[in-house]
Amino acid sequence: MADVIVEHGRVVGTTGARKRTGLHNALRRKSMVAFFLTLPLIVLIALFVLYPALFSMHLATLNKSMQKFVGFGNFTFLFKRETFWMVVKQSCIFAITAVIFKALIGFIVAHFVHNIPAKGQRKWRGMLLVPWVIPPAMSTLAWLWLFDPSYSAFNYTLSFFGVGPIPWLGDAAWARFSVILVNVWYGSPFFMIMYLAALKSVPDQLYEAAAIDGANWWQKIWYVTLPMMRNIIAITTLFSLIVTFANFDIVRILTSGGPLDQTQIFATYAFRVGIESNDIPLGASVSLFMVPILAVAAIFILRDVSKRGNEA
Amino acid sequence: MSTMAIDKAGPRRNVKYGSMSRDRTWALRWSYFFLVLFAIFFLTPPLYMVITSLKSSAEISAATNPWWVFHPTLSNYVELLTSNQFLRFFWNSSIVSLVVVFVTMLISIPAAFALARMKFWGSATLATGVFLTYLVPDSLLFIPLFKMFALVQDLTGITLLNRWYVLLFIYPTLTVPFCTWIMIGYFASIPKELDEAAIIDGASWLQTLTRIFIPVALPGLIAATIFAFTVSWAQFLYPLVFTTSIDQLVLPVGITTTLIKGDVFNWGQIMTGALLGAAPPLIIYAFLMDYYIAGLTAGATKG
Repeated sequence: MADVIVEHGRVVGTTGARKRTGLHNALRRKSMVAFFLTLPLIVLIALFVLYPALFSMHLATLNKSMQKFVGFGNFTFLFKRETFWMVVKQSCIFAITAVIFKALIGFIVAHFVHNIPAKGQRKWRGMLLVPWVIPPAMSTLAWLWLFDPSYSAFNYTLSFFGVGPIPWLGDAAWARFSVILVNVWYGSPFFMIMYLAALKSVPDQLYEAAAIDGANWWQKIWYVTLPMMRNIIAITTLFSLIVTFANFDIVRILTSGGPLDQTQIFATYAFRVGIESNDIPLGASVSLFMVPILAVAAIFILRDVSKRGNEA
Repeated sequence: MSTMAIDKAGPRRNVKYGSMSRDRTWALRWSYFFLVLFAIFFLTPPLYMVITSLKSSAEISAATNPWWVFHPTLSNYVELLTSNQFLRFFWNSSIVSLVVVFVTMLISIPAAFALARMKFWGSATLATGVFLTYLVPDSLLFIPLFKMFALVQDLTGITLLNRWYVLLFIYPTLTVPFCTWIMIGYFASIPKELDEAAIIDGASWLQTLTRIFIPVALPGLIAATIFAFTVSWAQFLYPLVFTTSIDQLVLPVGITTTLIKGDVFNWGQIMTGALLGAAPPLIIYAFLMDYYIAGLTAGATKG
């Protein structure tokens, strides 16, 4: 608004050069103030996000001792490794399956919470968000203990139903299932909260109109709820895809990538190679493989968020 | 609301036509049924943490019913809360999180103010850049950051690696973009008449910020603070990479690396430690739930 005032003044003010320079100074001062206010932010992003991102590309072209330039040597080396392709496959399976189940469970739970009388909703919502509030490293420890091979609470319970001891983390297939299960447990409350907020914003009249037209519950969801929530579903899913794809804590604590690197995903594999095996360039190359997928997701989020901003 | 009206209008005498309210009752019962199921799924791990934390090691290794405590004891809590090592983790975590929250607010509030109100060259691009930075995950940057700090350490001789204070430089990359982003939203929603009035009355930019924007956008500020705190408290990857000595560790890494060691898993203590580590975010959540949720949902909306 100050802009308008200043501009207005410039149009009207015909008194001469002295006033114009005064205005000029004011303008310059305003942008100087703005510049100084954003300077710490710019420095932070440039120094600790932008620079490391570029530095990582540089690192990826060096050899292990970081003395020699090897070009795409690290990448061609990775392409020849079977373990690397396993990591790619597992990362995709892990992220896609987990996000689908998070989205589904979140959607279903949000509907149930939305269904009950408003008085109790707060209580239920508060209870159901707890998994998201606990630091994932801490809650994964609880899961690790639930999965424990010898004293496992799950196997103890299952033994009453005659189901034999399940090697939750010892067998590759079960370990893959377990890391996804924990991730779904941790992430679906976030979807629930987002959907619940979106559900509240769907006008009641639409449902009434649908009911008058004779729509059943399924048609109401398909023709009213989903179209109205499409944007928020897209944003939440893409956001969760990024976070899940880049996940580290859960896999690291639960399996450390084992058994035999079968549950290794990009982040844990990069940590194993880059930090534990001390081959920083190779680790940087591994983590760079996340960039294309993250970039695509980020572009779509940006599009949806700005669309949403325009609607509002 | 609409269903209430239908309930009242529904003909009571004819059961056949009263199916609307009957459907509603059943829908409600099913909702509660499934909500209970999901609540069990969501709350089992934290409850199991509580159950295990109350058991002695003898009871855990006796392999009795794991879902019940037969001889409740607080010995795990006493042991951890009197151990210097654990208190050191707690102290490190607290100081890192609190300083990071402070730094985050110091950086993001002025930046958000400038981006929301002062249109300057590149401000729209910068706002988009802030949002994109928020989407950059920690697992992408930990290797170059590690190498960067190692190089700086070699060049300047200042010890940075394996010191808790290195985290103070790194955590803001996770908290500042999001906090700036949601503060832009909150600041942009403040009516322009308010700051115009202040400027007409002769207030400077700084006064407009501290006297108008911060008090009016206080709910957003609280949400951003909570976010910054929980993110720094829960961060696991960066401290795992940057710190290794026991006296430099923060809580999540400290618990996972020191309590899980050797062949003997002392599960009672691990669960107690995990529970104590989860306590600060949980307590904040319990008291400031609405702000917490407002912060969560604000990320996906622009203003």
